[in-house]
Amino acid sequence: MDSLHPSLPAQPKRSGFQRLMRNRSLLLMCLPAIVFFLIFAYLPMPGLYLAFINYNYTDGIFRSQFVGFDNFRFLVITGDLWRLTFNTIAYNIAFILLGNVVQIAVAILLNEMRAKWFKKTAQTLMFLPYFISAVLVGLIAYNILSYDYGVLNSILQSLGFDKAKVYSNPNVWPFIIVLTYLWQSTGYGSIVYFAAIMGMDHEMIEAAQIDGANAFQRIRHIILPWLKPTFVILLLFSLGGILRGNFGLFFNLVGASNSSLFPTTDIIETYVFRALMTNFNFSMGSAVSMYQSVFGFLVVLTANWLVKKVSPDNSLF
Amino acid sequence: MENSVKNRRIRMDASEITVKTIGYTAISLFALSCLLPFLFVLGTSLTSESSVQKHGFNIWPREFSGFAYKIVFENPGQIVGAYAVTIGLTVVGTAVGLLIVAMTGYALQRPDFEYRNKVSFFIYFTTLFTGGLVPFYLLITQYLHLKDNYLSVLLPGLMTPFLIIMMKSFVRSIPHAITESAKIDGAGDFTIFLRLILPMTTPALATIGLFLALGYWNEWYHSMLFLSPDVKYRPLQLFLYNVITSSDFIKNSAAMSNVPLRDVPLETMKMATAIVATGPVMLFYPLVQRYFIKGITVGAVKG
Repeated sequence: MDSLHPSLPAQPKRSGFQRLMRNRSLLLMCLPAIVFFLIFAYLPMPGLYLAFINYNYTDGIFRSQFVGFDNFRFLVITGDLWRLTFNTIAYNIAFILLGNVVQIAVAILLNEMRAKWFKKTAQTLMFLPYFISAVLVGLIAYNILSYDYGVLNSILQSLGFDKAKVYSNPNVWPFIIVLTYLWQSTGYGSIVYFAAIMGMDHEMIEAAQIDGANAFQRIRHIILPWLKPTFVILLLFSLGGILRGNFGLFFNLVGASNSSLFPTTDIIETYVFRALMTNFNFSMGSAVSMYQSVFGFLVVLTANWLVKKVSPDNSLF
Repeated sequence: MENSVKNRRIRMDASEITVKTIGYTAISLFALSCLLPFLFVLGTSLTSESSVQKHGFNIWPREFSGFAYKIVFENPGQIVGAYAVTIGLTVVGTAVGLLIVAMTGYALQRPDFEYRNKVSFFIYFTTLFTGGLVPFYLLITQYLHLKDNYLSVLLPGLMTPFLIIMMKSFVRSIPHAITESAKIDGAGDFTIFLRLILPMTTPALATIGLFLALGYWNEWYHSMLFLSPDVKYRPLQLFLYNVITSSDFIKNSAAMSNVPLRDVPLETMKMATAIVATGPVMLFYPLVQRYFIKGITVGAVKG
């Protein structure tokens, strides 16, 4: 709300210009950020018009043929849109659910430990994968999974098994991608839950212990219920991004051109990237982006409506 | 953060022991799994190529060799250039981005700023709806003409709505009365921000600065999109990406060291380059991680 400062007396209505002048220095402070988002976030938005034309480079945006919803129709008929939607959402659900469960488990277990040095060391190590670039994550995966030299195949062979052809078997990739995600994000994500546990009223736990609650009961009946609101809020927030993919993770793990893996690893972001950089099909890429933005926006509105019901203080708008 | 829930006086029963055993085992294994992959890369980088061909990648070099590093360092031009570009982008981007984020965050939480809700929504809306990659790509390359220009990597990384919201939450803990009394003393908004607020928000600045710096240091996406092979020195992660994905890249630099093609240590050089590109940052990591933890906690609780 644009309420005036309470200590000021009610003032007569002023023109917009006077209001502008009164706020000029604070507005000036925001100006670089406003210009930034105007250029890099708002200017590209009208470009989604590309989704409705058959863009070709020589005619440019305005003289290329207008085709209405043909690009979307094509994406539906070929099944691409369904596959991309399914992969993107399925991966995100796995990331969100497994991610939160593992993060909560790690936070609770860390809290149960007494050895301070152990906690510190463990947290530092678990946080490490968050700090490295997606490119290095890709190299590490290659180091482990490569057919000829990978650590996995060395172990398999020394145990008397056949080598695994990981990079040509699409069925194993959902597991690899989810595991890599958990590997990279657990240390980071568990911090939020750990902080929530630290913020608990300790007397509550002591009282329960005096009443004879054991460790399992303490976790089950006191700590978990305490974490529930945090979990619900984080869950609903991440619901809003359910159509957004982690491009860096997928691209660096799978590679730009390993099409044998695409049935199980292609998400919206990787498809749009290929449409732009490999196939030069700007219109098809834009159509998928448009679909992602509109559908994603509706999901956010729904998620926000849910947050409002659960906890009005945390709703976004 | 430090002290956990204490229960000293209560005796250890079977359930306590079970939970602790599970905890120490599971956490140890997971923490180890976070460290091991780095040791695999390091171990392989120090192994001779012939040993890798025979036995695969390994954590402990069966046949020790510094050959891959020798080639990497014999033609240091590329990697030194990559370091220079990345350090330059990180320093400039972090400094400029931090100033803008701090300024915006401060202004947006001032209760007497009448446009704060409008501006906040203007910024926040960009997380809800985007134009997608293709229009963004056309904007940078055809309208701003930034292809092969380092600005195409520097500018898009300057700020995110998330960082501005985080700064807002941090500054909110400073009483507005400080701003008000300074105003009564006749200080302008910029003076108040620079002289009073900035010095009081150093932990916030450290956290946000580290997020920005990490973003620039690990940046490869915009580099890959907008910097073509015509660019003489590419940022570190793009350089690493090229070394990993294109064997020509390694063969070229081996040729400059007059190494015959069949002796080129293709695999170990990938790992050695990764170590040279990442190692120095890893040394910083233990020093800075607590600022991240602080930032995540604040951002999550209030953001």
